[in-house]
Amino acid sequence: MTNFALIADNGAFVEKNVDLESAALNIQGMTVSYGSEPAIYSVDFNVAKGTLTAIIGPNGAGKSTLLKAVMGIIPTVSGQVRFFRKPLSKMRHRISYVPQRASVDWDFPATVKDVVLMGLYPTIGFFKRARPVHLDHVHSCLRKVGMQDFSDRQIGQLSGGQQQRVFLARALVQNADVYLLDEPLAGVDAATETAIISVLKDLKKSEKTVIVVHHDLSTVKDYFDHVLFINKSPIAQGRTAKIFTEENLSITYGGQLSAAKSGLAGA
Amino acid sequence: MLWSALSLTLGYNATLVTLGATLLGIATGISGTFLYLRKNALISDAISHATLPGLGAAFLLMTGAGLDGRNLIGLLGGSAISAALGLMIVTWLTTKTRLSQDAAIGSVLSVFFAFGVVLLTVIQALPAGRQAGLETFLLGSTAGMLFNDAVLILVLGAITTSILVLFRRPIILVSFDSTYAQTLGISPQKTDYLVLAVALAVTVIGMKIAGLILIVALLIIAPVAARFWSEKSDTIILISAIFGGLSGYLGTAISATAPGLPTGPIIVLCSFVLFLVSFLLAPRRGVLAAARSFWVFQRTVHMTQGLLSIAQNQPIYEPKTKRILQRRGFIRADGVATQAGRALAAKTLLNERRWSFWRNKMQQTGDLDESIVYSLVSIETKLTHDQIESIDRGLSEEQQERV
Repeated sequence: MTNFALIADNGAFVEKNVDLESAALNIQGMTVSYGSEPAIYSVDFNVAKGTLTAIIGPNGAGKSTLLKAVMGIIPTVSGQVRFFRKPLSKMRHRISYVPQRASVDWDFPATVKDVVLMGLYPTIGFFKRARPVHLDHVHSCLRKVGMQDFSDRQIGQLSGGQQQRVFLARALVQNADVYLLDEPLAGVDAATETAIISVLKDLKKSEKTVIVVHHDLSTVKDYFDHVLFINKSPIAQGRTAKIFTEENLSITYGGQLSAAKSGLAGA
Repeated sequence: MLWSALSLTLGYNATLVTLGATLLGIATGISGTFLYLRKNALISDAISHATLPGLGAAFLLMTGAGLDGRNLIGLLGGSAISAALGLMIVTWLTTKTRLSQDAAIGSVLSVFFAFGVVLLTVIQALPAGRQAGLETFLLGSTAGMLFNDAVLILVLGAITTSILVLFRRPIILVSFDSTYAQTLGISPQKTDYLVLAVALAVTVIGMKIAGLILIVALLIIAPVAARFWSEKSDTIILISAIFGGLSGYLGTAISATAPGLPTGPIIVLCSFVLFLVSFLLAPRRGVLAAARSFWVFQRTVHMTQGLLSIAQNQPIYEPKTKRILQRRGFIRADGVATQAGRALAAKTLLNERRWSFWRNKMQQTGDLDESIVYSLVSIETKLTHDQIESIDRGLSEEQQERV
């Protein structure tokens, strides 16, 4: 079964042939509202297994809202979400979510290790103690993000980029199949950006599915093989090579886009 | 007298009461910490004030039914019901209307308390009401406490404490990152209800000893004092439990030494003393530690500036800087740098270059933490290996461009 061509309201091109059987994530007709103001409207979105997808769109386009609704953090008005053809409630242990760094209070009394260990709570059991094997796993994930020397550091003492790495490590310990990240590269230093992207590419190599809310248009082509343009409703989705065009950018961003920002200027 | 109260040799009942108050302190210390970590400490104020109408109503109902109006289980049950009602109204106002939580708490607690005071006044006018002693619930008293009352407090305190200790991990997770907790399948709402229910239970249990007006202090002061001592949630919970227990124990013992001393206020004053000690003496977060760290900071500033001057072959003018460097053996009396001084100066200069490069980069992305004076700390303690490597690469590129 294949997904028939989805034509968004404005008639922009949407790539066909995302095989629904192999889709890691399938969203149909999702609408989310704050009060009676729609934040996203009628979103159809398919993500194939083993891809690295960017969700891009202007501020207030509903990128983060889409991820939150997919994770069941905020209620939807309508629509259906399937991970590998099953609802979230059956697939929770295979999905991992990284919230925006600014969404928590970093003065909270916890160490780096404590925070990463949170990702293992469902595995350990909420009422049991962490065993050495769990702590080893925490340390190996901290090593993946280059934070092995910081495991006993208080989280408030970390730089923004390091905080983001801790959040990524917490997602990694979950050993999920699908990773949803909300703006993981916002306001981080260059080394952290490189470290995070290399971890995400490794995940993709091992057939994991990664979906990232992204804001920096100049790096989309280098980092992601698939892209979703969204502005309340989906504008276009598919392979970056095909879909990441000047036309789609200008439909999505309207007048807000300067050529210099688009990453296509020199191309 | 104080000694026999402290050593629990003042008689069977007094011993039981002291133990009860200690356990109550532990329970408030623990449940208060969870409210504090969830940034929800003020809600305890609404809970405690909202108990009063229930207390009065329960007395009236029991007396009207021909029972003993002073039955503690009945009175606490009534208080719990009206406190739960108050809590529900606060939650409803906060989630369903545009009222902010502090405004909702303020209005609910004052209205419930006012209604309670009216009921209490009516009860005072009744023939059966004068000996009821309901007013002791306001400020707490252990004078007329019966054996059964003490056992009830003991048992309920133990149950509530164990519930919280058992559920501490999901509660801490929700307090730190409720969004993420939800993605792991934990309901923040249910977790909040659990914490509030336990806080409510503890408040109601503690009313008799500490008084409903002052029980709030126990729920808040012990956790805040404990926060000074640690950066780990589990440790803060433990310290808060110890502080709460100690306040309950000392307060009850002290108030037992004189018949007129009210228990609640003495317990609260004891916990305040613990707060004061923490505030002054705690390592790192305490006031004295802050003063000391300023002194260290000042010395480090002089050291760093002096060493940078050495590294760049500039003269050091400030006498204080000279004194500090000389005392540590980095310069000789004539101002010439020693071998050790030169070595450290080179390291300091590298540290300074790396930091200034990082600062420039971070300023561009707008993510610079202005609260840190970067040059004064070793970059290895703050950044990861790959971050430092990328800085070094950038520095050598800059150098090549200059050449």
